[in-house]
Amino acid sequence: METKKIQIILYSILLNIFLLGSANAQSENECFEKISRGVFKFNQGFDNIILEPVAKAYNKLPEPVKNGTGNFTSNIATLLSIPNHLLQGELRSAGHATGSFLINSTVGVLGLGNPAAKMGLKNQREDLGQTLGAYGVKGGCYFVLPILGPTTLRDSVGMVIDNNYLDAFARVTWHEREIKSISGTKLDYVGIKSAEAIDFRGDNIINFESLEKNSIDLYAATKSLYLQNRSKKIQNETGTDDDAWGDLDK
Amino acid sequence: MKKGLFFLIPALYLYLSPIFAVTYNSEPKIFVQELVDDAVKSLSDKSLTEEEKNDAIEKIALENVDIKALGLYTLGSIRKDLDENTMNNYQELFQKYFLKSLTSRLTDYSSQKFEVFNSEQKSSNYTIVNSKIAESINSPEVKIDWRIYTKNPQKPLIRDLIVEGLSLARTQKEEFASILNSNNNDVNALINKLQEFVSK
Repeated sequence: METKKIQIILYSILLNIFLLGSANAQSENECFEKISRGVFKFNQGFDNIILEPVAKAYNKLPEPVKNGTGNFTSNIATLLSIPNHLLQGELRSAGHATGSFLINSTVGVLGLGNPAAKMGLKNQREDLGQTLGAYGVKGGCYFVLPILGPTTLRDSVGMVIDNNYLDAFARVTWHEREIKSISGTKLDYVGIKSAEAIDFRGDNIINFESLEKNSIDLYAATKSLYLQNRSKKIQNETGTDDDAWGDLDK
Repeated sequence: MKKGLFFLIPALYLYLSPIFAVTYNSEPKIFVQELVDDAVKSLSDKSLTEEEKNDAIEKIALENVDIKALGLYTLGSIRKDLDENTMNNYQELFQKYFLKSLTSRLTDYSSQKFEVFNSEQKSSNYTIVNSKIAESINSPEVKIDWRIYTKNPQKPLIRDLIVEGLSLARTQKEEFASILNSNNNDVNALINKLQEFVSK
């Protein structure tokens, strides 16, 4: 009970800082650029030594194994998307995500297959950072976390709340809470998240290499791509309308 | 007379070369498909050396990408404060930087299957052409939108590539802005970085 009170107070403080930050800061502002650049370098080292070689080895696995891994981790991520669709008032998307999870977990053999996609069920990923963005909360300042990578104040607060309250998978595994006699451990959580990261990295070997080779400031390029990607996800759109081009045509 | 002819031949070549330049269809959707097919053909031509392949790509880009406008866009608002000399210096280096990175990027993706499937006219100046690179063993399907500048409808020009919703021009602009911000908006710092990249 006491721990719960402390948690609530901590979140209130975080939320206050967060809302203040979002009111005053543009999303492209940095919290502490020098530290973030240092952490970014560390992450690059981690990628070069561990993630990239593992992802390259993973890419050599047979296609059904890779597809199965991708489907399995995506299916688990749906558990977080469902409450966030509901919080955004997207009942249709929540229905699609729920249907997708139920069908893939049963007919799709624990999510290894993706028969729901063939049935036309769309499973768009959502998290609390996106939900807050949809409510109009700005990103606040940008920074880089060790291993986890680029984030903003809004997205990192969202991630903490997702992990503690909204993500049923994290509650069962990371927090080791039993839900309807389903239980798990921290190791399960780390294992699935690692598999997700390796699958993503394996899918983007060429993109990462190309970006690294052609950037004159890789940190800034990564930041720009992260912020554009988040903005696109919040607005649920694929195109871009950058009117700054208009200046050139006047 | 012979000396005169000697100078006349290159002069005639320079005068006539635009006539012999490869021109693509002016309809944006067909323009993109023809251009990419041409680039992929050059990159996969085993009879060409690396240098010849690069030359072919550079030629296509110089004729069909609005490199000058892209250079101005990526420079941001600071472009209004530059003198003519500095601007020319920047534009010259930007063109070299752009061509080098474009060739490298195209080489990375040239082995994959490309398809144009739609286009949408946004205004009299812009049409967005939608295309995709098919899924391959090591990469999922990638959607690429092309921002085509159509102010002169007879001569469409590429201004931006938007890969899965992420604008390459905007990424470039923010990369340049970061360099300028950490160097008190001194454009020479950016010029030096471009020079370093080009000389690599």
